Amino acid sequence: MSRLNPANVTLAHEIISHYPKKKSALIPLLHLAQEQDGYVADDAMEHIAELVEVTPAEVLGTCSFYEMFKRHPVGTYMINVCTNIACQLMGGEELLHHAEETLGIRPGGTTDDGLFTLEDVECIAACTEAPCLQVNYRHEYRLSTDDFDALVADLRSGKRSDIPAHGTLGTVRQHIPADRRAGIRHPDDEGTPAWFASRQPAES
Amino acid sequence: MTATEETPTTTGVPFTLNGVELEAHEGENLIDACDRLGVHIPRFCYHPRMTPVGMCRMCLVEIDTGRGPALQPSCMMTVSPNMVVNTESEATVKAQDGVLELLLINHPLDCPVCDKGGECPLQDNAYAFGPGESRFVEEKRHYEKPIPISDLVYLDRERCILCDRCTRFADEVAGDPLIHFVDRGAQTQVNTFPDHPFSSYFSGNTVQICPVGALTAKPYRFKARPWDLTGVESTAAVDSTGARVAVQSSQNRLVRVLGVDSDAVNWGWLSDKERFIHEATDAEDRLTDPLTRDANGEFVVRRWVDANRAAGEALSGDADRIGVIGGARLPLEAQFLWARLLEAKGITNVDAQLGDGLDPAIVSGAPRATIERACNPGGVVVLLGADPKEELPSLFLRLRHAVAEDGVKLIELTPRASGLSSYAKARLHALPGTAAEVAAAISTGASAAVGGVDAAELAKAAELLGSGAPVTVLVGRANLAESPDVTVAALSALHDLVPDLAVLSGLRRGNVHGAIEMGLTPNADGTEAILTAAVDGRIDTLVLLGADPMADVPNRDLAEAAFAAVSTVVSVDTFNTASTARADVVLPAAAWGEVDGTFCNLEGRLSPLAAKVTAPGQARADWIIAAEVAAAAGVDLEVTTLGETRARMSAEVDALAGIDLDALEGEADGPLLAGDHAWSLSAPSVSVPPVDGYGLRLLVDRTLWDEGTMVHHAPSLAHLATTASVSVAPGVLDRLGVAAGDTVSVGHANGSIELPIKADGRLPEGVARVPYRANGFDAGALIGDGPVVDVRIDRVGS
Ligand code: SF4
Ligand code: FES
Ligand code: FES
Repeated sequence: MSRLNPANVTLAHEIISHYPKKKSALIPLLHLAQEQDGYVADDAMEHIAELVEVTPAEVLGTCSFYEMFKRHPVGTYMINVCTNIACQLMGGEELLHHAEETLGIRPGGTTDDGLFTLEDVECIAACTEAPCLQVNYRHEYRLSTDDFDALVADLRSGKRSDIPAHGTLGTVRQHIPADRRAGIRHPDDEGTPAWFASRQPAES
Repeated sequence: MTATEETPTTTGVPFTLNGVELEAHEGENLIDACDRLGVHIPRFCYHPRMTPVGMCRMCLVEIDTGRGPALQPSCMMTVSPNMVVNTESEATVKAQDGVLELLLINHPLDCPVCDKGGECPLQDNAYAFGPGESRFVEEKRHYEKPIPISDLVYLDRERCILCDRCTRFADEVAGDPLIHFVDRGAQTQVNTFPDHPFSSYFSGNTVQICPVGALTAKPYRFKARPWDLTGVESTAAVDSTGARVAVQSSQNRLVRVLGVDSDAVNWGWLSDKERFIHEATDAEDRLTDPLTRDANGEFVVRRWVDANRAAGEALSGDADRIGVIGGARLPLEAQFLWARLLEAKGITNVDAQLGDGLDPAIVSGAPRATIERACNPGGVVVLLGADPKEELPSLFLRLRHAVAEDGVKLIELTPRASGLSSYAKARLHALPGTAAEVAAAISTGASAAVGGVDAAELAKAAELLGSGAPVTVLVGRANLAESPDVTVAALSALHDLVPDLAVLSGLRRGNVHGAIEMGLTPNADGTEAILTAAVDGRIDTLVLLGADPMADVPNRDLAEAAFAAVSTVVSVDTFNTASTARADVVLPAAAWGEVDGTFCNLEGRLSPLAAKVTAPGQARADWIIAAEVAAAAGVDLEVTTLGETRARMSAEVDALAGIDLDALEGEADGPLLAGDHAWSLSAPSVSVPPVDGYGLRLLVDRTLWDEGTMVHHAPSLAHLATTASVSVAPGVLDRLGVAAGDTVSVGHANGSIELPIKADGRLPEGVARVPYRANGFDAGALIGDGPVVDVRIDRVGS
C-alpha cells in the first residue's frame, strides 16, 4: 500500500538513532511498516531502503526470510491453527477443518470482509494446551469447535479488544532518551576484544 | 597426485596432503594451497577473488587437525601446522557424491538447451564426482523460465544452485547489491526487487562466474555452443584500462568476450561495455570499401591503390597546412608507422586526443604510477578528474576494492560525488574552475570555504597528504566544459604539497597512451588549435585517424566551422560517422577483434590485441593502411609485415627497449614500458571569472552508456544510452521554482537548449550537470572556448 507516514518516519529516525549502523534498524523498521499497514508493502520496503541506505533488494531479502512479515495484505485477525504433533493428537486438524468450513477459506486465504486470514502452522510452543491456535500471535488454548465459533463471534463483535489488529507489536512503545542509551559505538571503532587479542601472536 | 615444486617460504606451514608432506603459505586457504600444489578439489561457490562463504559444500574433504579426521569444506579452512588432508578418501568421495545428488535434486537437467552445456562446472563435476543417477522421484521446484533481471542478463531460477557467487559479486565487488536471495528454505531464489532491475555496469560478470546456466547474457544467448568456439587472448580497448580478455568466435563472428584474470589489471572482471562492445565489430554498417568523391561530390567505391594515392597526395601538400587528429583507436604498431610517416613529411599539427583530454605532459612529465601502486594497502589516492565508474570501469573495481577492503584512503577532488564517494575520507567537490585553488588551499589551510569546499574537508585532505603515505593521483578530465589547464594546474599544486607523488593517467580513450608514447602528440597546441587554424584558413587539409571530431570535440561549433573551411578531409575509420560523411577520402580500417597488434594501457603496460575474425569487405589493418599511404606519399617506411614493424619499433623507441612485442601473448600481466619520468610538468595559469549572479556553472561529463560510435552500433547496448537532461542539486530545484521533469532552457549569451530537469543529490549547489553525448541531445552545443561555462536555467513556457 504505502510508504511510512510522517509520524512513522519520525519514529523510524528515532529507531535508526539507536544503532551505530543504520542498516541494523532494518528489521525494527519492517515491523513498523507492518504495524502501519498490517503487512509490509513494496513501497514501504523501498522507503525503508532509503532510510537505512541499502538497496530495496536487500530489504526484500531480509523481509522475505521471515514468515511473519507478510508481503501481501492479510485480514485484521490472523488465525494460526497448530497442526503439529501434540495438537494433531488432540484434534488440531479437526479444528483446522472446522475453521476452514466456518470461515469459508483455505489456509493462506482471507475472508471477503478482510477480517480473518487462516494459516496452519507448526508447533507454537503450547503443546501442553493442545489443541491451540493464535490470533495475531496471541494464544488461545484447548479449543473445541464450539470454543472456536465463540472466539470468531467475539472477534466479529469487537469483544476482544485485547487483541490489536495484525501487525501491532505492542501497545506501549519505549522512548529511550539519548542520554540514557547504552553506549552506541560503531564496530569499526571498537578495538580488538580482549578475549581475541590474547590469542593473537605478539607482533614481532 | 602430482605435487609441483614450489620454493618453500621461510614461514611455510607444514601439512600433509594425500600422504605427501608439503608446505602451505602462512594463512593460506586450503583450497588455494591444493590448487597451487596441483591437487584439484571440486567447487561451485568458491571464487578466488571473493570472500569464501561455504555455501555449496562441494569442496568437502577429510581433514585431521589432531582430533581425528572429519569432513570440512576446504574453501573455509586455513591450513594449520601439521594438518592432515585427504582429498581422495572414501569418506570424501562419498560426501562429494552426496552433495552432488542433493544439488541436482531441483536442477532441471535441461543441458541440451542450456548455454552453459559443455562448459558447465555442474555438468563437469556431476560427471567426475557425482552418482550418475538420482533417487529423487518427486516433483522438482518450478519457476517461470528465464526472467530478465536487467537489460543484459536473464535468470533461470530452476537451474540455480544457490552458490551466492552472483549475489556476492553484486555486493562485494561491484557495490550494486541489486540482486539478493529472496524467500528461504526450499523456496530460496535469487531475485531483484520488483521493478528495480540489476542495472549494474558490471552485470555481465555474474554470467561469467555462475557455475551453472542460471544466468545467461542476452547478447550471447543461443548464439553458439562452447565446442564451436575458438578463442584468443586480447585486451579490451574501449577505454585505457586495458582489461585482459578472451575473445571467442564462432563461424567467423565474434560472439563472446570473457574477462581474464590479470593480477596487475582487472582481476578477471569486466564492465558490460568491455564485455559486449564486440557487437559493434559485427555491425551491418561498417565501412567496407575505400571511397573518394566523384565530380558531383558523391562517394564512389575505389580500389585501394587509387584511394591511397588520393590520401598520399593530401599528405604531400604544405606540411604546415595539414592537421592530423586521432590515433587513439589504433594499435601501437599503426601508431608508430603513422608517427614515422608524419615525421618524414614534417607534419607537426598532430593530436591523438580530441580536445576532451588533458595535456599529454601529465603522462610524460610526471612519475608514473601503476594500478598496483594506487591500490596498495596503506596508500593515499587522490581522484582528480572524472568518475572512474563512468569512464574507466574496470579500474573503478580495483580502486573500489582498495578503498573498501584494503584501507586505501581516498581524497576526492572532483566537481561532484563520484562512484567512490561513500568511501572517500575527504570530499573536495570543487566548483568547476577552482580545482587548482582548492588544491593550493590544502597546504595553506583556509579559514573559509574555497571553491565551495569547507575548511574542514581541506584540513582532512591536508592530514592525509601529510601523513607520509605514498600518494597516487588519478588524473583525468573531470569536466568537458572547463579548460583542461585547470586540472593540470591542480595537479601541479598537489605536487608542490607532495613532491614524491606519482600520477596514474586517467586519459580514457582506448590506446591513447600508446599514441602519446609513439609521438602522435601536439608539439604546441592540440586539436582545438588545429581546428581554429582550419577556421582561420591556416590549415586546409585534415587527416582523421579513427577520429570523429564532428561528434567528439566538446566545442562543437568550432568543429563544424573547421570542417566547413577546409578543402580536403581524409578519414581512416571503421564506421560511417558524422566526420566521414564530410570526408573526401575514406579508408576503411579493420576493427577490434580483426587485427593483431599491441595495446598500451594507462600505466604504460603492454598487452596483445588479437585478430579473431576477418575484416569485412576490403577493410584493412591500420598498420597496412599507414604503410601504403606512406608509399603513395613517397615515404618508404621499410616494413612489409607486422614483425618488421615491431623490429623497427624495438630498435627505435627507447621505451620499448628489451620488450619482445611478439611474446606478449600468454603473459597475464604484461611488461611495463621502460624508463621513468622525472617531474617536469609546468603549471599553466588559468584565470577563471567569478560566477555571475544568475549563474550555475556547467559540468559536462560522461556516463558509461553514451551515444559513442561503438555503443551506438552494438545492438544490445545502444538503447542503454543516457537520456539527455540537466541536473542540479535538490535545493536548486526549489530556488528555480521548477519541478523535476519540467522542461527548462539551459543557456548563456551564445545560445541555449531545452532539456528536462532533474534533481541529483550528488551535485554541489552552484553546478548544473549535462551528460556528454547523451541520447537525443548534445552538450557540445553549450561549450565555447572560455575556461568555464556559466549558464542560467529558466522555466520554459508559462
Ligand atoms: S544464479 Fe548462478 S551464480 Fe547466482 S546463486 Fe545461482 S548458481 Fe550461483
Ligand atoms: S504441537 Fe501445537 S503447540 Fe506444540
Ligand atoms: S566451494 Fe567450498 S563450500 Fe562451496
